[in-house]
Amino acid sequence: MTLMTSTRQNEPSAMPLPNDERPKKIEIEGLRKSFGKIEVLKGISLEACQGDVVAILGASGSGKSTLLRCLNFLETPDAGTLSICGERITMPASAKGRMIQVDRQTLIRIRTRAAMVFQSFNLWSHMTVLENVIEAPIQVQRRPRAVCVAEAEAVLARVGLAEKRHTYPAMLSGGQQQRVAIARALAMRPEVLLFDEPTSALDPELVGEVLTVMRSLADEGRTMLVVTHEMGFARHVSSRTVFLHQGLVEEEGPSADVFANPKSERFRQFIRRIEV
Amino acid sequence: MDFRFLGETFMTLLAALPLTLYLALVSSICGALGALVLALMRLSSARPLSLIARAYVFVFRGTPLLIQLFLIYYGLGQFRPSLQMLGLWPFFRDPIYCTIAALAMNTAAYGSEIVRGGLAAVPRGAVEAAIACGMSPGLRFRRVVLPLATRIALPAYGNELIVMVKATSLASTITIMEVTGIAGKLIAETYRTMEIFACAAAIYLLINFVLTRLVLTLEWWMSPDRTTRRVLEQIGETKVKVTA
Ligand SMILES: Nc1ncnc2c1ncn2[C@@H]1O[C@H](COP(=O)(O)OP(=O)(O)OP(=O)(O)O)[C@@H](O)[C@H]1O
Ligand SMILES: [Mg+2]
Repeated sequence: MTLMTSTRQNEPSAMPLPNDERPKKIEIEGLRKSFGKIEVLKGISLEACQGDVVAILGASGSGKSTLLRCLNFLETPDAGTLSICGERITMPASAKGRMIQVDRQTLIRIRTRAAMVFQSFNLWSHMTVLENVIEAPIQVQRRPRAVCVAEAEAVLARVGLAEKRHTYPAMLSGGQQQRVAIARALAMRPEVLLFDEPTSALDPELVGEVLTVMRSLADEGRTMLVVTHEMGFARHVSSRTVFLHQGLVEEEGPSADVFANPKSERFRQFIRRIEV
Repeated sequence: MDFRFLGETFMTLLAALPLTLYLALVSSICGALGALVLALMRLSSARPLSLIARAYVFVFRGTPLLIQLFLIYYGLGQFRPSLQMLGLWPFFRDPIYCTIAALAMNTAAYGSEIVRGGLAAVPRGAVEAAIACGMSPGLRFRRVVLPLATRIALPAYGNELIVMVKATSLASTITIMEVTGIAGKLIAETYRTMEIFACAAAIYLLINFVLTRLVLTLEWWMSPDRTTRRVLEQIGETKVKVTA
């Protein structure tokens, strides 16, 4: 990955200060989630402060997507305390009785503050690029249309797709579609960006353009949680790395440390297997 | 061939065209709404709702439309006192309303299966993206699910509309003077069955010719990208002008 060679300007948590003054954007404690009898997340704890770029690594099936999807309640966690951009929610400790219903307004706040970018883009195919980007700001956040359009054009320019604003997603390459999806997420003015394997569905030659955009977001100090198989991104762009194994955090720390001397044997094997 | 007679017959039958169109249009609109409601019931997680929808579709798809029409128009006449009490008699006494009711209920059953297919075929990812950006279920349905499902279901639904146009001819059996009704009357007067029914058939053909084109134009207009549009144009069915 030639692209990943430069390091971030400010790497705040590469050397964590004793009193980190940055606000915590995400705090998870004891997060559990089962599908039927299979327990996918077995008590995950995780933190991300403002400006952190957290790479989430792990083998297929280790629960990375489930973890990310629990953060914006695409999946309802079974247990644990989640604090997402200032909204604190404790899920019932044991599934005795009914599932608690998270109140709608809280959900909207969480989902607009923590915007998600999917592996398969998930653009709305019946809307143009611009319509995709202004949809949530207008319909969900109820901001004035003119403002939304102006902002949408700015974010589209930012991901290098200003001239494609009146095109439909089906006419774009995968890399372009993913950049639209990133623009769509940015248009909600989120505090945190959640990426679930944003480059895994792309042809190798298209991965670079998406990573470049993600790097520029990291460089401007955005808080990001990125599930990825791109080791270059984890090593050189992310400030912290979390390695999941069978629903638990197996290794965690500042990316530089974690990659330089991994404590867990499994993580060592994982790096070796991926980086050949 | 008596072309003068054919021409005159055609003009006479044409006078009944508005009624045929009215029957088809009103019952198609009511039926489409019914189809949507039934499809949503069928897909809902509430078991009673889904069972009711299934039973409805089973009954109305499994019995002849003609018998449904007779049941509503003649059959319900037996319950005249109760219907009068409920204030529904003026509705069920009128053959036009009865036809519309029968056609709409019938097409709702067939249509609901088409709509259900469309709703089920909406990509999961598009819905998840809508959830993930905070859309409420209603907003999601209106802005994402319904538009996508409509585009998927439209071609098949076009077929159902054609069936409806032809089914209006059954109204002639309960005294309605739409195109087929007038044709029957003319035949009773002149005994020229062949010419008159051929004219009637030509009128239905004409309606459905226009209808097919309308549906294709709608499909073209809704298709999300030019690739699909080009395919539609190549089918040769549409010669819609591409503007801009
Ligand atoms: N909706 C679901 N219903 C049942 N099981 C599920 C569901 N979603 C995920 N799982 C299971 O949970 C486990 C973890 O899935 P998850 O998608 O979180 O893994 P992942 O780490 O993201 O893997 P990958 O790298 O393949 O994306 C898998 O065994 C999967 O089969
Ligand atoms: Mg995954």
